[in-house]
Amino acid sequence: MTSLPPPGTRKLGLVIDLDICVGCHACAVNCKEWNSGGQMAPLTDLDPYGAHPHGVWFNRVHSFEAGEGGEGRTVHFPRSCLHCEQPACVEVCPTGASYKRAEDGIVLVNEDLCIGCKLCSWACPYGAREFDEDVGVMKKCTLCIDKIYNETLDERDRVPACVATCPVSARHFGDLGDPGSSVSRLVAERGGYELMPEMGYKPVNRYLPPRPRKDSAGCTGAPAALPTPTAGAEANPLLRWIDRMLSR
Amino acid sequence: MHPAGSVIWFTTLSGAGYGLLFLLGLLAGTPLLPDSRWFAFATLALGLGLVTAGLVSSTLHLGHPERAWRAFSQWRSSWLSREGVLSVAGYFPAGVFGIAWVFFSHRLAWAGWLMAAFAPATVYSTAMIYASLKPVPRWYNPWVAPNYLLLALMTGSLLLRALVALFGLSPGALRMLSTAAILVAAGAKLAYWWHIGRAAPAATAESATGLGALGRVRLLEAPHTEENYLLKEMGYRIARKHATRLRGIAFLFAFVLPLLLTATAPLLSPALAAFAAVLAAASAMLGVLVERWLFFAEAKHSVILYYGASAV
Amino acid sequence: MAPVEERIETSRRLSDEAKFTTCYMCACRCGIKVHLKDGRIRYIEGNRDHPVNRGVLCAKGSAGLMTHYSPARLTAPLLRVGPRGAGAFKEIGWDEAMAIAAGWLGSIRASDPKRLAFFTGRDQSQALTGWWAAQFGTPNYAAHGGFCSVNMAAAGLYTIGGSFWEFGEPDWENTRYFMMFGVAEDHDSNPIKIGLGKLKGRGAKFVSVNPVRTGYSAIADEWLGIRPGSDGLFVLSLIHELLKADKIDLPFLARYTNAPWLVVRNPGGADDGLIARDFAGRPLCWDRTHDAAVDATSADAAPMMVGEFTLANGQRAVPVFQLMAERYLDGRYAPEAVEREVGVAAPVIRRIAAELAHAAFEEQIVLQQPWTDWAGRRHETITGRPVAMHAMRGISAHSNGFQSCRAIHLLQMLLGSIDCPGGFRYEPPFPRPIPPPVKPLGESQPDRSLGGPILGFPTGPADLLVEADGMPKRLDKAYSWEAPLAAHGLMHMVIHNAWKGDPYTIDTLFLYMANMGWNSAMNPGETLRKLTDRAADGEGYRIPHFIYADAYFSETVAYADLVLPDTTYLERYDCISLLDRPISDANGAADAIRQPVVKPDRNVRPFQDVLIDLGTRLKLPGFVEADGSAKFPGLYADYMVNHQRGPGLGLLAGWRGKDGDKSGIGEPNPKQLDKYIANGCFWRHELAPNQRYLRHANKDYLDWAATMGFVAQPDQIVLQVYCEPLQKFRLAAAGHGALQPPERDRERIARYFDPLPFWYRPFEQDPADGEEFPLHAVTQRPMAMYHSWGSQNAWLRQIHTGNRLFMNRRKAEAQGLVDDDWVWIESRQGRVKAQIKLMEGVNEDTVWTWNAVGKRAGAWNLDPSAPEARQGFLLNHVIAELLPAQPDGYRYANCDPITGQAAWYDLRVRLIKAEASEKPETSPRFPPLGRPSGLPSPARILRYGAAFRGRREGGS
Ligand SMILES: Nc1nc2c(c(=O)[nH]1)N[C@H]1C(S)=C(S)[C@@H](COP(=O)(O)OP(=O)(O)OC[C@H]3O[C@@H](n4cnc5c(=O)[nH]c(N)nc54)[C@H](O)[C@@H]3O)O[C@H]1N2
Ligand SMILES: Nc1nc2c(c(=O)[nH]1)N[C@H]1C(S)=C(S)[C@@H](COP(=O)(O)OP(=O)(O)OC[C@H]3O[C@@H](n4cnc5c(=O)[nH]c(N)nc54)[C@H](O)[C@@H]3O)O[C@H]1N2
Ligand code: SF4
Ligand code: SF4
Ligand code: SF4
Ligand code: SF4
Ligand code: SF4
Ligand SMILES: [Mo]
Repeated sequence: MTSLPPPGTRKLGLVIDLDICVGCHACAVNCKEWNSGGQMAPLTDLDPYGAHPHGVWFNRVHSFEAGEGGEGRTVHFPRSCLHCEQPACVEVCPTGASYKRAEDGIVLVNEDLCIGCKLCSWACPYGAREFDEDVGVMKKCTLCIDKIYNETLDERDRVPACVATCPVSARHFGDLGDPGSSVSRLVAERGGYELMPEMGYKPVNRYLPPRPRKDSAGCTGAPAALPTPTAGAEANPLLRWIDRMLSR
Repeated sequence: MHPAGSVIWFTTLSGAGYGLLFLLGLLAGTPLLPDSRWFAFATLALGLGLVTAGLVSSTLHLGHPERAWRAFSQWRSSWLSREGVLSVAGYFPAGVFGIAWVFFSHRLAWAGWLMAAFAPATVYSTAMIYASLKPVPRWYNPWVAPNYLLLALMTGSLLLRALVALFGLSPGALRMLSTAAILVAAGAKLAYWWHIGRAAPAATAESATGLGALGRVRLLEAPHTEENYLLKEMGYRIARKHATRLRGIAFLFAFVLPLLLTATAPLLSPALAAFAAVLAAASAMLGVLVERWLFFAEAKHSVILYYGASAV
Repeated sequence: MAPVEERIETSRRLSDEAKFTTCYMCACRCGIKVHLKDGRIRYIEGNRDHPVNRGVLCAKGSAGLMTHYSPARLTAPLLRVGPRGAGAFKEIGWDEAMAIAAGWLGSIRASDPKRLAFFTGRDQSQALTGWWAAQFGTPNYAAHGGFCSVNMAAAGLYTIGGSFWEFGEPDWENTRYFMMFGVAEDHDSNPIKIGLGKLKGRGAKFVSVNPVRTGYSAIADEWLGIRPGSDGLFVLSLIHELLKADKIDLPFLARYTNAPWLVVRNPGGADDGLIARDFAGRPLCWDRTHDAAVDATSADAAPMMVGEFTLANGQRAVPVFQLMAERYLDGRYAPEAVEREVGVAAPVIRRIAAELAHAAFEEQIVLQQPWTDWAGRRHETITGRPVAMHAMRGISAHSNGFQSCRAIHLLQMLLGSIDCPGGFRYEPPFPRPIPPPVKPLGESQPDRSLGGPILGFPTGPADLLVEADGMPKRLDKAYSWEAPLAAHGLMHMVIHNAWKGDPYTIDTLFLYMANMGWNSAMNPGETLRKLTDRAADGEGYRIPHFIYADAYFSETVAYADLVLPDTTYLERYDCISLLDRPISDANGAADAIRQPVVKPDRNVRPFQDVLIDLGTRLKLPGFVEADGSAKFPGLYADYMVNHQRGPGLGLLAGWRGKDGDKSGIGEPNPKQLDKYIANGCFWRHELAPNQRYLRHANKDYLDWAATMGFVAQPDQIVLQVYCEPLQKFRLAAAGHGALQPPERDRERIARYFDPLPFWYRPFEQDPADGEEFPLHAVTQRPMAMYHSWGSQNAWLRQIHTGNRLFMNRRKAEAQGLVDDDWVWIESRQGRVKAQIKLMEGVNEDTVWTWNAVGKRAGAWNLDPSAPEARQGFLLNHVIAELLPAQPDGYRYANCDPITGQAAWYDLRVRLIKAEASEKPETSPRFPPLGRPSGLPSPARILRYGAAFRGRREGGS
């Protein structure tokens, strides 16, 4: 159903820590790997060995610079579906293929209903929808629905592929509808934010901002410079060490 | 936004078709139109033909055209679905009206009015498909729907005038209607262009990334070096110079020429006037095609903020 | 309409079978679990229990299946039929291939074994390949260390008995202040990422010293955009500040380093600068209580750190500490004096010094952990100086890298942060004696083995591999006066020297897993010419035979005479041995294996099997029994288990002994591989808490290390502030001793073999060049690519199909350059065309690009129009393998003069905007390579995984 379900209490989503994301693309590739054989398989690649290789990816990692010169920051920025609470990508879908699950808020595409009109991808401000030109249907991040609920997997493995694989642990998964969940607490502590709130889609995913730099005097508690030695030592600094009692 | 041929043809043709059906439904039985079954047949055929061609062409860009019927299901939330439902539903009054007139020489006014009602509703739905898309600020504004409606009315009226002229009539009222439609549509278009030229950015690279507090945000590297679906579909870029030239062309063909050809009609012989009316309609269609191309090409989707654009 | 939600099969079975093995999409060697479904690879995930990656997987590792199924995989042995480089091959059987190889090699061995040059690239089989070469009898063997970081490895091993690389790591759990020099990715790529995440989470400060602000540097708390090649000077300036303020750990220096050792002061004498020693050769220090010289290694000494003393034999001597302090207290190391050169402002240098001191001394950690020092004294606590450092190729890829790296180690020692809580920590088998007691071997004779390992650590001129006239004994001139401490050889000179016949000609070039005709060549165009250059007779080639073992259709394959196709990493046994480059971590020793998880579907063989088979055919000692039969009929899997280097010492340390109950030393265990497989393909021994720190002086650790064979005796390993072996070379250069460098090399040795770290401008950065070539040009490893071989991977290549030249926005704008402009990058060597991208976070005088993205058209079975060959470019085209000529016309290799480390990043360039009329594509481009026989034409559409999804209900 394309109309949205009544707002649920469970809001599964991701929290991405831009302070430590090194832009390694592990999450993007592991996502591709998992999903290539998963719910939305395949994630077709066109012209894979040719002049214009391009394929379906549910997660793409951008790099930005913010600010000027040495004062600025380089920020690596993974982008995938934010599982919005007000996802127009769902409402615009003429067939009901695009839907938001009532029980956990995951936004999915039912490929069997999809006519490939691409409208939902126009309606997503974040570019989170990926059209599979070969299959003719829209695909997208499933929040690894076939992994997070997969009872054939070890309990600990029931997290999205991108989260499990992130080497720096910049990705967190959980229920953002529960203020007590670890992800909600993380968002609260670190000032996690929504992307483009002005669009009104109310994304569930949150991004944690880069922490302030520690590159000014006093930031580690150290003085701005070491004290200059006393006048006597200045003359022959070696003398300071001559009387030091040392043992081995 | 990528100006896909199928959608440009679709919106232009079906807009004109609905404009025509709208006027036919309203004006049937008035002295403005020839009281001829052949006229009725020709007008309905053209109107429904355009609408149908448009619809068919719109399915061309579908990944699964054979499933297009599924698009009728979500009319409660989706403008695309509504458009589908209305466009198909609109065939019924049109059919009844046409059959009655063409085969039984009987003009069913209620069917005509119903047909006339469906037409703008359908065009409005089409417009709202775009006008409801927040990520595309050049669409998400109050000028889009009037533009679609007025351009449909304008092209419809010019087509109608051409048909009427071919049937030997040249009622001044119709000319006035076309002239007015052209003027209003041109105004609406200018207003649209004025609006998109001055509207404050709806979103920026800073808001898209949330990194504005750190300073100006610039893309360092895109995720992948080759273009992907997102960029092909939504990353279309048109140079400002090119756009300005095309706006001129669109304006000339959509409004200026049709206006001249319409306004000068009284000065021409009936045959020449008919020819001028056909020319006016053709010119307008051409102009609207260019305008529609621009409507897409000039529209910027917020996803490009992640690919190097600074604002949309 | 009623809301319908799709019925989703959330608990679909992932696989029919899952097998553990070890990733080899790069040399980090993470543990992986490979899920197989219907005989195909469904999913590769990180092994949660694995000590290296603890469950995570990088981009490359996650794309392993696309490399495994790459259309560029070689499919059968190939024999060249056309001219070299044309790519015309015929497929032959393995018998024929082996017979050809054995034929060539057999006659070399019988006449002059050194005419075989066997060099291996990115492999992890050096325990086998090195041993094979030694058994064959050629000294011309090395693996890729000379490309990477041999100067840093050597600097570490000659200074602290361990090194950066993956042989040591920061104490991620405890460090408060972490400085990283010149690292983009490194070998330890997942552990570093895991560690950085932890470290930042704890609120420790992370400083990245790097001209470029991407990757790790992007998440640093402070980024220092240093000028390339100047780190040594920067570090010495920090040392200056610390010494000036007396913020050093003097007790640490006295106890654990040679800072108190006495150095003979006898200017002009043959003993000047040597460590003063007693009759037994033990170093001396001046004891405060006895006011006399005593054995400096004795636990009772109370050493003086300052003073000039007269020894019993009349020698005058001063402690190392004094020499060191005198040098660095000098005003030329003051922040103001260096700021221009290093591009870091003086107040920043001062602040960093203050922060280091603060972290080390004000935030010291005291662990309540009893331990016993080398002298058997028990201590109740361990003091930690929570400052850690890590460095890689930003230091090593410069011709001053050895000394710069020694400067970093000196800084660590001054702060007392070697192998302490919060500091840099060794990974077993390190620390090792300084330097490791292995000497290089180079005496080759017909039909003879070398009798020991080829690569080693000279401690003086007597250990060099040179003829009486000073001529190098090795083809690559490693261990010659040109590169005395070349512990990993000079890979980048092999093809040039073989072609030039300098020092001698060879018969067969045998390469394994190194794309040396392309991205690991300096100046690849010229390298290819050398490979195809005809011999004087016009018939054969100047390099007569070239055998290459690759798994994929790399650029170099097209130039080989005989191609031995290897399997992929998922199709073979491999051994990640403690004798090679182990996967240990600071808290434990570990090794691992790879097991075949799928069967090859092509006519390929694991190279290690091939090598053992060749050794057997050649009847090399160690490969055959007395009766001539194969010693390892089970090939590599057999060798991994049964080969013994010494009694009970083999490739794998785990589950040794007949019953598999021994670790380290023990008889071969026939069930050993099963044990590994059952344990996820790795073995790890966790050190007890009292064995984990200060291991250079930790008795419990050293005792254990001795039982493992890591050290011969459990003696204290005294860290070397002062590097005496260097002084020995210097004395030779000054005219002392029987072995002296040829005239040409004297000045060079005298200048660079300074026993205390010093800084000099990298060779190519002569100030005279500064004006002509004002920019530094360096490369970085892309995290999602492994050198050349990522481009065949359908997923990874999408991330980097081309590479830009990145440059500072202001610099570019001043030159009128904008994004996407095509420019010529010109150096003294040549020029290459590239498209530029402007950025903020890069040192103003530096341009950079991603490494090894540029491809030869047609290689890797990519379409010849692939962007890698049109927009991608190699900076290598403008890197010269030789330095400008000496007065006598001789040209030294472009490398570190001490270790022969290739100086990739010394490069200086200028940029010239390309004409508008020029084609928007890179240059030089080479004719496309044709597809060798057997390779498929690649898919136009890749639908991998569609089959796993199976049928679903519904549909239209
Ligand atoms: N993903 C991936 N991982 C790899 C590899 C790969 O190809 N891909 N290759 C492996 C190999 S063989 C190696 S040797 C290692 C190398 O590992 P790294 O040393 O991390 O490799 P580089 O990319 O050479 O990184 C050098 C860094 O030093 C910086 N730099 C350059 N000059 C200077 C300088 O003068 N001073 C300072 N402070 N910084 C400088 C560069 O900007 C760059 O960030 O990586 C290994 N790991
Ligand atoms: N400009 C510039 N040049 C550089 C560097 C730089 O930073 N900048 N870095 C240098 C460094 S540190 C290094 S280590 C070198 C690396 O350069 P190379 O040693 O040439 O490394 P690769 O490009 O990875 O080539 C390895 C070869 O091994 C093959 N191979 C892959 N898997 C297998 C396998 O399973 N079996 C076999 N038999 N073969 C296999 C690949 O197909 C490829 O041909 O490059 C050096 N070149
Ligand atoms: S895996 Fe983690 S660190 Fe790497 S790009 Fe993704 S979020 Fe960033
Ligand atoms: S991110 Fe895009 S695709 Fe995902 S729910 Fe929001 S609008 Fe829909
Ligand atoms: S592409 Fe598919 S999912 Fe998207 S709006 Fe159209 S039918 Fe719905
Ligand atoms: S949650 Fe799953 S599908 Fe979504 S980005 Fe992460 S790995 Fe991909
Ligand atoms: S770092 Fe990545 S490619 Fe390298 S071994 Fe680990 S998972 Fe494999
Ligand atoms: Mo390397």
